[in-house]
Amino acid sequence: MRTWITPGGVHPPENKHQSVTMPIGTLPLPEKLLIPLSQHIGTPAVPCVEVGKKVLKGQKIAEASGPLSVPMHAPTSGTISAIEHRPIAHSSGMLAPCIEITSDGRDKWKKHEGFKDVENATPAALVKAIGDAGIAGMGGAGFPSAVKLSPGYQRPIHTLIINATECEPYITADDSAIRERAAEIIEGIGILSHILGNPSNIMIGIEDNKPEAIAALEPHVEDTGISVVSFPTKYPSGGEKQLIYILTGKEIPSGDLPADIGMVCVNIGTTYAVKRAIVDGEPLISRVTTMTGDACGINRNYETLIGTPVSHMLANSEFNEETCSRLVMGGPMMGFSLTSSDVPIVKTTNCILAPSYDEIPDDEPAQPCIRCGMCAEACPVSLLPQQLFWYSQADDHERLEAHNLFDCIECGACSYVCPSNIPLVQHYRHSKGEIQKARAEKVRSDHARERFEFHQQRIEQAEKNKEAKRTARREAAEKAKAKAAASPEKSASTAGGGAADIIAAAQARAAAKKVSPEQQQAKFERSIAGAEMRLQMAEEKLADAGEGHSDEQKNILTAAVEGARQKLEQAKGRLAEHIKQHNGEQVD
Amino acid sequence: MAFKQISSPHAHASQNTAKVMQLVLWATIPGLIALTIHFGWGSLINLVLATVTAVIAEALIIKLRGRPVAFYLKDYSAVLTAVLLGLALPPLAPWWVVVVGTLFSIVIAKQLYGGLGYNPFNPAMVSYVVLLISFPIQMTTWVTPAALLPEGISHPGLIESVQIVFSGLNPADGVTGATPLDSFKYADGLLVDQIYAQNPLFSQAAFAGLGWEWVNIGFLIGGLVLLASRIFTWHGPVAMLAAMTLMSVIFYDGGSSDSPGSALMHLFSGATMMGAFFIMTDPVSSAVSNRGRLIYGALIGVLVYIIRAWGTYPDAIAFAVLLANFAAPFIDNYTLPRTYGHTDRRRATEKEEDS
Repeated sequence: MRTWITPGGVHPPENKHQSVTMPIGTLPLPEKLLIPLSQHIGTPAVPCVEVGKKVLKGQKIAEASGPLSVPMHAPTSGTISAIEHRPIAHSSGMLAPCIEITSDGRDKWKKHEGFKDVENATPAALVKAIGDAGIAGMGGAGFPSAVKLSPGYQRPIHTLIINATECEPYITADDSAIRERAAEIIEGIGILSHILGNPSNIMIGIEDNKPEAIAALEPHVEDTGISVVSFPTKYPSGGEKQLIYILTGKEIPSGDLPADIGMVCVNIGTTYAVKRAIVDGEPLISRVTTMTGDACGINRNYETLIGTPVSHMLANSEFNEETCSRLVMGGPMMGFSLTSSDVPIVKTTNCILAPSYDEIPDDEPAQPCIRCGMCAEACPVSLLPQQLFWYSQADDHERLEAHNLFDCIECGACSYVCPSNIPLVQHYRHSKGEIQKARAEKVRSDHARERFEFHQQRIEQAEKNKEAKRTARREAAEKAKAKAAASPEKSASTAGGGAADIIAAAQARAAAKKVSPEQQQAKFERSIAGAEMRLQMAEEKLADAGEGHSDEQKNILTAAVEGARQKLEQAKGRLAEHIKQHNGEQVD
Repeated sequence: MAFKQISSPHAHASQNTAKVMQLVLWATIPGLIALTIHFGWGSLINLVLATVTAVIAEALIIKLRGRPVAFYLKDYSAVLTAVLLGLALPPLAPWWVVVVGTLFSIVIAKQLYGGLGYNPFNPAMVSYVVLLISFPIQMTTWVTPAALLPEGISHPGLIESVQIVFSGLNPADGVTGATPLDSFKYADGLLVDQIYAQNPLFSQAAFAGLGWEWVNIGFLIGGLVLLASRIFTWHGPVAMLAAMTLMSVIFYDGGSSDSPGSALMHLFSGATMMGAFFIMTDPVSSAVSNRGRLIYGALIGVLVYIIRAWGTYPDAIAFAVLLANFAAPFIDNYTLPRTYGHTDRRRATEKEEDS
């Protein structure tokens, strides 16, 4: 089958052989598991258990909280021992809400069963089951699968692409899963195809460095309409945009989703999770994760429970901290470094890389950019990384956007080839953040300006209306006067009546405007309450003003308290007067 | 356990700036050998003198700027500038010409603009032009190719050459003479065929100009090595050489007495190949995108030909490169590549994308 060639790309040493010498293994059950509530794009899940509650394996412990959220399930049976903020695997090393489960060692499943008749199930029911199983894209981004598969797209899906590229060096999680679970994966693809209304074109994209996996898939795709397409190994062929181009020659327009051009691209690990969810009724509570790097004596893939601490994995892999240069979650190109090994494995963790100093030494200091252009040759989306770097340093947001900064997929190919060791991707991330901040600020200030302008306009309008009324009244009065002067006789007979009319009208207006005494009293009471509050605030401020404040500042605060007190008294006085008057009226 | 926080990517190719510069230095060797065979020890002396001056000047300025001296010297960029200048200067030029030129390129054209990566103009060419304008006699006195020396006279030996360079001693009569480009320019009233028949520089040459053709072949070989090592892309050099060829074919004028000369002569005379592969490929001062480099290269090719054919200077690489350096940021604004997912290439100056 024809494939297309993406521009740029690099060929870093693959280092995949180390971790595929053994089949997928399992780790001993960890004592405690830590499940972050946010392992996906979208809002964090909301806990539906309390501390101390006993849960069974597969039981839901947190609900989805929005359209882009997914629920979480207990990876093993045990007791909820904490719901609190803990360090999670994030490039900033931040804390996030997590649920901790202390295992009871029995690993006892809750009752579960899958769809009996998948073929006749409605796509909507299947999508709901996938959402309930907590499945989010397992390739790295963590996009909720149910959303990706939801019907309701403007255009029908004609192409389903299964991403088995796994182009990052070292990682073999997908490779080994395909070798051992090809039949279940194909079953999962069948379910996805059914949900999407049987797209005419279903392709599994895989790099040609995985001959065993290709051989494992081939017998299962016969007569299914699914084609296994292999193409030359090059990083980053596994990016969604890159893979779609390689397999179809089509580009996703900047800012659009694959669905906009009738395509859906799903990671192959996700198809296996879909099969488990639909056919077996098992939520996503474990995944294949590669444990590799020379700082570990054992390099292999594990079926790892979500929430397993990285330290537990390391402890079971003959890890040697002395020789470890850094700890990476993900691969050596796009993975992020972990500052602590206490963080848990999450739904998107395909690899833990613990390289030795020989494999990945400490970064050398950056030298000046000589604009050699090797980065531009390596860029898979045809950007000019050297220019982006230049404008990033200058914080020139306009130029950065004109150079399509936001089309950068942060694959790291530019930094990989840079002879001056410049951490280019870090600069781009920083600039993207700065531009987004500036955009948000602009939206806010635009809002404020609009509000202010509207306010001004309203006041002007009100002023104009008043002015118009005044003019009308004055003109009417002048007209009446002129009339009276023109026919004094007539006016003599009607003067009394005319004057009486005007007075009556004025009285009627006043009566209309006049509020009832009760309303008036309430108004006075409200103003007293307001004045009291202001006095209290002023007093608090004065009390707070301790040693740090100058006498002058204290004087100002004292004066403010005094002013507030006077206002309060005035308000009280007005109320007393009103009551007196009102009561007087009643007495009368 | 605690670990270091390091931004991705974690893997790096083994390439580094010093290695790039070293490779370019090695690639000048065929040209240097050809220069030395045909024009004596002068180029090698230039090269050593310029290198020593450049390293000392670079170290001093970096120290003055309060930067780590060893870190910056290790990038070999000063050495490369010095070597390129040394190769471009006339052999047996007085020592002060070389020293003044090197100082100018390192101190003024490079460091005063901010050092490596920040110079808008090619430092070696800036100082070459400064020298050419300031010391025209010294800069236009070339050594005669070995094969054309008068009977009984040979190029001065290494020691004698050093004496000539440092003591202002004049070399023996006949050791210096005109270059092929000079001869062609000032051979008024002769047809191209007559020049080729009468002037031994051409009549004894294989196809372009005696000695010079081999110097150009030497730099061409070095340049092809760099191209194969992906130090630069083909766009700039190919565009420059193609533009020069095209210009000289168009204006050959049937070999009349006004003809500026054949394409072969222009490609293999003067500093053409050195300019195409070692000078205009300096990435710092050139256009950045491949498309931009096509335009940049073609511009240099056209300018070189115009100045050679109708200007007052016999060779023009330095002027052409500097003029193109001026144009590079402008070219960059209009030659952005088309990014994935966009229907069209954008301009660097646009505020919003046209849709």
